[in-house]
Amino acid sequence: MLSRTADNLYWLSRYSERADFTARLLDAALRLSALPANYGGGDANEWASALASAADVEVFRQHYDSLNEHTVRDFLAFSPHNPSSIRSCIETARENARSVRTALTVEMWEAINEAWLHLRSYEGRDLSREEFARFLDWSKGVSLAFDGSAYRTMLRNDAYWFTRLGVAIERADNTARILDVKYHVLLPETERVGGSLDYFQWTTILREVSALTAYHWVYRESIKPWLVADLLILNREMPRSLANCYEMLVRHLDLIADSYGRRGPSQRLASNLLAQLDGQSIEEIFSTGLHEFIQGFIAENNRLGAAIIDQYLC
Amino acid sequence: MPLNAFDEMDGLRGSGTESASVREAYAALKTWLETTPPEHFDTRRSQAELFFRRIGITFAVYGDNESTERLIPFDIIPRVLTKPEWGFLERGLKQRVTALNAFLADIYGPQECIKAGIIPGDLVYRNPHYRLEMRDFEVPHNKYVHIAGIDIVRTGEDEFFVLEDNARTPSGVSYMLENREVMLRLFPELFSKHRVSPVEAYPDALLATLRSLAPKTAARDPTVVLLTPGRFNSAFYEHSFLADKLGVELVEASDLFTRDDVVYMRTTEGPRRVDVIYRRIDDDFLDPLVFRPDSVLGVPGLISAYQSGSVTLANAVGTGIADDKAVYSYMPEIVRFFTGEEPILHNVPTWRCREKDALAYVLANLGDLVVKEVNGSGGYGMLVGPHATKREIDEFARKLRHAPDGFIAQPTLSLSTCPTFVASGVAPRHVDLRPFVLSGADDIRIIPGGLTRVALKEGSLVVNSSQGGGTKDTWVLDG
Repeated sequence: MLSRTADNLYWLSRYSERADFTARLLDAALRLSALPANYGGGDANEWASALASAADVEVFRQHYDSLNEHTVRDFLAFSPHNPSSIRSCIETARENARSVRTALTVEMWEAINEAWLHLRSYEGRDLSREEFARFLDWSKGVSLAFDGSAYRTMLRNDAYWFTRLGVAIERADNTARILDVKYHVLLPETERVGGSLDYFQWTTILREVSALTAYHWVYRESIKPWLVADLLILNREMPRSLANCYEMLVRHLDLIADSYGRRGPSQRLASNLLAQLDGQSIEEIFSTGLHEFIQGFIAENNRLGAAIIDQYLC
Repeated sequence: MPLNAFDEMDGLRGSGTESASVREAYAALKTWLETTPPEHFDTRRSQAELFFRRIGITFAVYGDNESTERLIPFDIIPRVLTKPEWGFLERGLKQRVTALNAFLADIYGPQECIKAGIIPGDLVYRNPHYRLEMRDFEVPHNKYVHIAGIDIVRTGEDEFFVLEDNARTPSGVSYMLENREVMLRLFPELFSKHRVSPVEAYPDALLATLRSLAPKTAARDPTVVLLTPGRFNSAFYEHSFLADKLGVELVEASDLFTRDDVVYMRTTEGPRRVDVIYRRIDDDFLDPLVFRPDSVLGVPGLISAYQSGSVTLANAVGTGIADDKAVYSYMPEIVRFFTGEEPILHNVPTWRCREKDALAYVLANLGDLVVKEVNGSGGYGMLVGPHATKREIDEFARKLRHAPDGFIAQPTLSLSTCPTFVASGVAPRHVDLRPFVLSGADDIRIIPGGLTRVALKEGSLVVNSSQGGGTKDTWVLDG
């Protein structure tokens, strides 16, 4: 297939995934900020960390004087200056979709086109918290509808595999960014400090990756920070864990390589990284430094993204 | 509106005899129109509009800021041609396109027609559409116009005229196909009462044509692509529609590159050689090394690859000279010279304003004539004398005197009308017809039908979609 078509499909899926991620971050922040101050809510910290996880803080500073709920909500959900705002994600996804319409199924096109049309009804409106929460639900629904229609209607060939690569790379990056911003609340010494404040920080992290219920099913015990880290990094069953994303990347890169009859740097990078994740326990990661591990992972994930572009998309 | 316009349904209405007998081909349609409850038509018309909106069959209007994506109005009353009428048109179209191809091969080659005095040399050499790059090199299979859209108008039972030969990148074929699709869905009962020739084989015919044109050096299974300027182009919908139906890649210039005079496209499996390019971009934007250096649309090196014979461009470069309106006026002589036959399809009588006597006549009769820019298209920049104000006529006269070479004039033809839904009910509106003629290395293929355009404003003769025209399904009856 044309490299440009594959590129559009890849980015279309990335932007759809990113819109979902930003919506979940905002949802978790909205929840945390509604808590009384002694439970960790009420100050602007949750908005600062949502901002740090989802966008470029420098760009934010260029457009807003202060950092608070109102400005962060606006920047992450609606700002045209933020390429990762929910609005920008949907607009970019629709632009990509329009230029590769023949490569999409009707269902995929309608999911993204209808979202784009509906988005206009939010133009220039000041949303109450309740309206904003509904907007976030709607945004998550858009990504679900798009991803679901891809899963249910696309032929299983390279076009589909490139959409899966886009989803997996983006997810891995998103989960790693949350860990990068919040790693300190997962460090063992915080557990000794203890207290309900941290408990709500941990549940917030789980909510950000839609894993609060999953946590209980997997570990069947109260929330422990190292288990939160284990779930998000190493647990292959957890759809947003780094290990799961890499399993998905390796599988789809292999399908592409088999179909084209040629392996390249992106296959090698992805399987190396998956082997590294598989070969470590969460204790080992903590002992060598969680923060260093996360930063190393983000760099490797970016390298893989660049390798995929280099090998297939240009 | 000319009262004596020929009506496709009712024939020629004589003075006062409004209830003229219906033409046979339209008899069942007329009964259908008269006996169907109006609510039924209203429902079907809104369903048709919904269908077009959902599939997003839109076009962009240049110079219109308010709405850049619009629907072309679709009228549900079909336009019907009988088998003998179509047979006549088909013969005429084949002859005309054969002559166009021979003419192009000649003016870019031996130039016999200029030597024989059929057409003045300066009209060719000084024409902005004459491409020096095309001199003395033979295009694959010696064919130039592979896809032609010949605009035909009718003024009477047996009177058909060619209005324009669109020999560059004619558009509108997606409407021919989609209009039929929507009619089949909405009015299946009509198709059981009429034997309508299908049009759905057009994409297959087009693909067969394009594949036949591949350079002789190409692989047995040549790679065909459709080159679009991109999604901001007014006809982008048609480009993606056709690429989808043909099953070929829809490429933009940035997807192509050349190496050692061979064209490749960038794919996920590495470079893939391209043999035939159905290009829907103008000559000027094909190759920034040869034409416009400021163009970001083009493929550097494309023309050099083309000249080396490694790739086919459809249509060929430089075909614009054949649909130039001044050259048009020589078409009867061109047909005679290259086919040795009398033209089957006639030209509309044309005054070339570059000729002194003709200019004097045109200036004296501006109020009765249609004056067109030689290089214009899409209904822009023309004067329809009978509908123009005194001031518009005076202004146009100044333009004419200033640059007479740039204009031709024709009598205001009384184009045939066809019953059409308008605000006040069903009323006659003027129509034309654009059949699409495919010239491959092996054969000329014409799908029975075409695009019927209708001028929705009462009395208007301008059918262009950019000027508020609509479309109809076109039926060629098979017996």
